[in-house]
Amino acid sequence: MAGIEVSALHKRYPDGTVAVDHVDLSIGDGELFVMLGPSGCGKTTTLRAIAGLERQTSGDIRIGDTLVNDLPPAERDIAMVFQFYALYPHLRTRDNLAFPLRAEGLPKAQVRERVEEAARLMRLGPLLDRRPHRLSGGEQQRVALARALVRRPRAFLMDEPLTNLDAELRADMRTEIKHLQGELGTTMVYVTHDQVEAMSLGHRIAILNKGRVEQIGTPLEVYDRPASLFCAAFIGSPPMNLIEVEVAEGRLRGHSGLELTPPPGLPRDRRLVAGVRPEALEVTEPGAQGSVPARVVSAEWLGDEVIYVVDHGGGRDLRVRMPPTVRFAADAPVGLRHTGATPAVYDVSTEELVA
Amino acid sequence: MAVSVGEAVSAGPAGDRTPPARRFGGRGRSVLEVVLLAVLAVVMLFPALWMIETSIKENRDVYAIPAKFFDFTVTMDHFRDVFVASGGTRSALSVSFLNSVVVAGVSTVLATVLGVPAAWAYSRFAVRAKKDQLFFILSTRFMPPVVVVIPIFLMYRQVGLIDTKLGLILIYAAFNVPFTIWMMKGFVDEVPAEYEDAAMLDGYTRLQAFWKFTLPLLLPGIAATAVFALIFSWNEFVFAIFLTSSDTVRTAPPAIAGLIGGTTVDWGLVAAASVVFALPVLVFAYLVRRHLVAGVTLGAVRR
Repeated sequence: MAGIEVSALHKRYPDGTVAVDHVDLSIGDGELFVMLGPSGCGKTTTLRAIAGLERQTSGDIRIGDTLVNDLPPAERDIAMVFQFYALYPHLRTRDNLAFPLRAEGLPKAQVRERVEEAARLMRLGPLLDRRPHRLSGGEQQRVALARALVRRPRAFLMDEPLTNLDAELRADMRTEIKHLQGELGTTMVYVTHDQVEAMSLGHRIAILNKGRVEQIGTPLEVYDRPASLFCAAFIGSPPMNLIEVEVAEGRLRGHSGLELTPPPGLPRDRRLVAGVRPEALEVTEPGAQGSVPARVVSAEWLGDEVIYVVDHGGGRDLRVRMPPTVRFAADAPVGLRHTGATPAVYDVSTEELVA
Repeated sequence: MAVSVGEAVSAGPAGDRTPPARRFGGRGRSVLEVVLLAVLAVVMLFPALWMIETSIKENRDVYAIPAKFFDFTVTMDHFRDVFVASGGTRSALSVSFLNSVVVAGVSTVLATVLGVPAAWAYSRFAVRAKKDQLFFILSTRFMPPVVVVIPIFLMYRQVGLIDTKLGLILIYAAFNVPFTIWMMKGFVDEVPAEYEDAAMLDGYTRLQAFWKFTLPLLLPGIAATAVFALIFSWNEFVFAIFLTSSDTVRTAPPAIAGLIGGTTVDWGLVAAASVVFALPVLVFAYLVRRHLVAGVTLGAVRR
């Protein structure tokens, strides 16, 4: 087991596209580290560089104490799980699992023992004698995980392993992966574009955009105080409301008159945007104390909660998360007020968190 | 096959939601389709059938007026003449068939050996100006071969490739490599690159990974592509007639064409030679027919 250090990683393809602009990561030993970002943000390229499947243009990668820049993938002592599973189609599950071990040249008895162990861990018993095309997507992915396990690598690299599974199975596998990682205590780098996956799995999350790291933090840090407008828009469903505000009389005030508690140390003379989570707003009866007049544009009844889209006369419509007991009809006149703690505030021009 | 109006209408209203008129329209259309296809089939197949008939008729039956469709004496003399000359030695035609086998076979192997790795590289790697390169490769197929035959004739005369089998092999390979690259790139794209990634993590080099894991999955595609290349080389006429002249080098298409044009034409021999010439292509096309239509379907990969 080992930590992974990535410093000043840069990857430019011969055709001129820059996949990774500048990435620094310090992944701790035994950590489940998630790289999150939209497609084309460089997360997969970074992972492939760690795996050795891509050679970075510049920058260093260390696994444990070893500088692995010039090591081929096989010598980096890592295992990777792919989105398309990549099980060898001509081999039975048993042989797929044994394949990397045989390639290493382990003695037969040991190979059998390790395969049995991984199969038990991933509950693959009945599938051992099937070929990949006779396995369902979920089963294939379990086999792929087991194939990564048998090698007892220093680190697992996961490239969107759950993307091809249906929603229910994905939730199950998520739990399974998290449990497994906790059990083994092996460092895991997990790439995904699904923020729910990132939030539920990661010890820490790195949000990447356009080949750069926008923010690194625990799921709660990332959720509560996104480091940039990009992160604010990317994390959370529905996403954070971005309200243009100005500082007046010691309060933050939106164009509609909506008042927010200002964080300390706000810069003056700059255009500011406050990021307010949907659950930090409240839809009230019209005229309730501290509320501004607003109108319900639409309501999404999700069962355990209601998402109101509210027009408060101040630019973009806002999304408000309310318990299902509070019911307002569409088009009803309502009040809107801020109930949460101090919001995150961003500079419009730099798009970064200022307070 | 013929459907009367009464039959179609009576079947209509009983438990069938489609209105009778519409139903009849559907039937009427399919009858029309069958008729048109039948006419087309007759037009397409008649020359082939006539060729086969002529090849087994005696010469006086070939020239009989009115033409004899069924009541002629069957003979295999023409087929014997294709392979054996009058003195019992090998005929010029049989030599040209052998040349065709060598030229088409070697040029196809050459095009495949060069084209498949190139297609793999174009599919897998980020290459500078990849699209332009691929367009350039494709553009070599835009013009009809006859446009370049004169320049190539002059070049070949300079380097001494005129009237050699090697010359034909090279030119056919040059035409088939672009085709192979384009066909195979599609097939390679279908095989997930993750197989190679996984194999590399398991300790193989990139080339070993290609050889051991991707190539076996490409075999059906390679077979289909190679058959197309083979058929092109086998059938090619323009280059063959311009670039070769001697009986020992000439391939079958110009050799067969050369049978026509004397004072008398032995149509039986022409037909028999044509049948022999057409057979290998039909056999190969039959062998790979599933791949020609469906391409590769890999059961193991769920996307």
